[in-house]
Amino acid sequence: MPAVQETVERVKRIDVDQYRYGFETLIESDKAPKGLSEETVKFISEKKNEPAWMLQWRLEAYRRWLTMTEPTWARVDYPKIDFQDLYYYAAPKPKKTISSLDEIDPEILKTYEKLGIPLREVAMLEGVEPKPGEEDPARRKIAVDAVFDSVSVATTFKAELKKAGVIFMPISEAIREHPELVQKYLGSVVPTSDNFYATLNSAVFSDGSFVYVPPGVRCPMELSTYFRINERNTGQFERTLIIADKGAYVSYLEGCTAPQRDENQLHAAVVELVAHDDAEIKYSTVQNWYPGNAEGKGGIYNFVTKRGDCRGNNSKISWTQVETGSAITWKYPSCILRGDNSRGEFYSIAISNGYQQVDSGTKMIHLGKNTTSRIISKGIAAGKSQNTYRGLVTAHRKATGARNFTACDSLLIGDKCGAHTVPYIEAKNSSATFEHEATTSKISEDVLFYCIQRGLSQEEAVGLVVNGFVKDVLQQLPMEFAVEAQKLISISLEGSVG
Amino acid sequence: MMALLEVKDLKVRVEEREILHGLTLTVNEGEVHAIMGPNGSGKSTLSHVIAGKPGYEVTDGQILFKGEDLLEMAPEERAAKGVFLAFQYPVEIPGVATMTFLRTALNAQRKARGESEYSTPDFLKKVREVSKSLNIPQDMLKRGVNVGFSGGEKKRNEVLQMALFEPSLCILDEMDSGLDIDALRIAADGVNALRSPGRAMVVITHYQRLLNYIVPDFVHVMSRGRVVKSGGKELALELEASGYAQFEAA
Ligand SMILES: Nc1ncnc2c1ncn2[C@@H]1O[C@H](COP(=O)(O)OP(=O)(O)O)[C@@H](O)[C@H]1O
Ligand SMILES: [Mg+2]
Repeated sequence: MPAVQETVERVKRIDVDQYRYGFETLIESDKAPKGLSEETVKFISEKKNEPAWMLQWRLEAYRRWLTMTEPTWARVDYPKIDFQDLYYYAAPKPKKTISSLDEIDPEILKTYEKLGIPLREVAMLEGVEPKPGEEDPARRKIAVDAVFDSVSVATTFKAELKKAGVIFMPISEAIREHPELVQKYLGSVVPTSDNFYATLNSAVFSDGSFVYVPPGVRCPMELSTYFRINERNTGQFERTLIIADKGAYVSYLEGCTAPQRDENQLHAAVVELVAHDDAEIKYSTVQNWYPGNAEGKGGIYNFVTKRGDCRGNNSKISWTQVETGSAITWKYPSCILRGDNSRGEFYSIAISNGYQQVDSGTKMIHLGKNTTSRIISKGIAAGKSQNTYRGLVTAHRKATGARNFTACDSLLIGDKCGAHTVPYIEAKNSSATFEHEATTSKISEDVLFYCIQRGLSQEEAVGLVVNGFVKDVLQQLPMEFAVEAQKLISISLEGSVG
Repeated sequence: MMALLEVKDLKVRVEEREILHGLTLTVNEGEVHAIMGPNGSGKSTLSHVIAGKPGYEVTDGQILFKGEDLLEMAPEERAAKGVFLAFQYPVEIPGVATMTFLRTALNAQRKARGESEYSTPDFLKKVREVSKSLNIPQDMLKRGVNVGFSGGEKKRNEVLQMALFEPSLCILDEMDSGLDIDALRIAADGVNALRSPGRAMVVITHYQRLLNYIVPDFVHVMSRGRVVKSGGKELALELEASGYAQFEAA
């Protein structure tokens, strides 16, 4: 497998303090004044040329937020965040309407090139075999909506998507151009009052992606957003809203990187998915934000609310995530299985190394009849990190015939890290069937030595064994992401063994 | 001529207990040596120390491989230089396809030697040839390394790797354990096919049976961490008749 070799070469070039994406782009930016107040919220709304209803929505959220306190139930530990010491909005300057890629600041384009994101064209990976049933190369196209700090700077493939009737644009644009859709769906899955961070996001979100796939349309390409946090002390608050109308299908990829910094940066995104009758949404994330240095200094605080609503009958929502970065991850992509026969899936790889803290998992809320859900979680803890799977599966009274299968496997590398599994299960009707399996194992010295005896270095051996451990989940990712994820996994485990 | 492998007066400790008490063994290119001895005499320990498994402390003595100090080399370096250990209990690596593993390992070794990586067609051709001769179905190569393999399949997979990596020193630890006679014959035929003037083999076994199939040039008897007797292949037959008891007393 060439990917493993390549990974290994990359790993060798990086040492633990040299976060690969840790470069900074020097561009002027247009910032909101420091701190959070009604004025900040108004500033953001004004910058975005928002209609009055949007500002109202934000202000209500802000007032709500003032009454709330930060949640403390997660197994994460960090100094108190001073919410007045952050900037809530930063946009690259000069700010003007951008109609083609050529108008984008070349510095920004360079940043994306460094990240390896194909803004100008689709980069097909060489030598990668297509998955069975995905032979058509046209289907392998990826449309990228790049979010640079708070403003979405480029949307490619817009025209082709438009032809199919798919709306894919920055949410700030959608608020102006499709207010009826945004008003109908925004906050309908994650209400403004949902939780501390989601409410904060509702007040100050700056941008994100909006996707609407009309009835019966299969989105002709993978949609992708790369997020990147560049500006110092800027909280990044994306808001993403994806709607698959009746019988529609869409696959959405989210990738994240952030430059390296000493101070911690806050990230609190909200993602809402709505699947109507017979619709399917596949949402994949590869998150490799800066995890902090070898001493645990710096890194991203990632407090994210992601929720999908299987609103229609026979609808399906599938979350796949590869979490390798961030100092703290607090993230539970969930499914509300409202429609009868709807299905929710959660496939997760969460890797923690150094001083990283991960508290992640999912919620499957069975409301409709014969709803099914599947949870496959692979946690890998190395270094001095703590890795917690936290899951909730509930079946309500009317959810007869609900079924869930959960498998949580944890792998420990070394003896200074911890893996924890916290599953909550709650069935309010007797016809629900819940199956739960959990394992925790240490990476085996014998297995490592076997690989090393065959010529692999210790690090290569760990990378190989871990990639094998997470294979079930990797297979769920779209091909390009799977290759990228495989590399990331090895990179993030660098320095994890003696 | 320089010996391929020279183990001189080797003393090894595991967890503060001395297991090898001054072991000496010389193996030249093209030779097949059998090491026999009762359970616990230190045979596996010797193979692990040569391969560089962590957890063993060499307190005295020397191991030279092609004249170089083997104990100074990292275990993966030893592999790249041509030391191969066929394990008594090959481990399972779930989720890593055997084919992927073979290719990753082979390319790692080639790279360490400054050789170019195999192209995909060349590699596949080579694997097909070798696996065919060992009666290994292609289907097996798609499965996770040794996952769900029978005892015989695991051992054949070891021989397959030996054939692919073309090491100059092969150490086979209890290759016959857990194999029925047919499985043993297939594995032994595979090993015999790899005998060559440039390659030496050290065949570790408790029983004489294996040596009917892999006929050694030399036989050494190990007891309590030392080689206590060396001879030709007839020594194995002698042992079969008289047992290890005579050496245990020593
Ligand atoms: N990891 C270990 N820890 C403690 N004792 C060990 C270890 N490995 C081997 N030994 C001891 O060393 C001796 C030799 O073992 P081994 O080399 O496995 O013998 P053989 O392969 O000839 O049966 C035995 O007494 C065994 O108990
Ligand atoms: Mg043994």
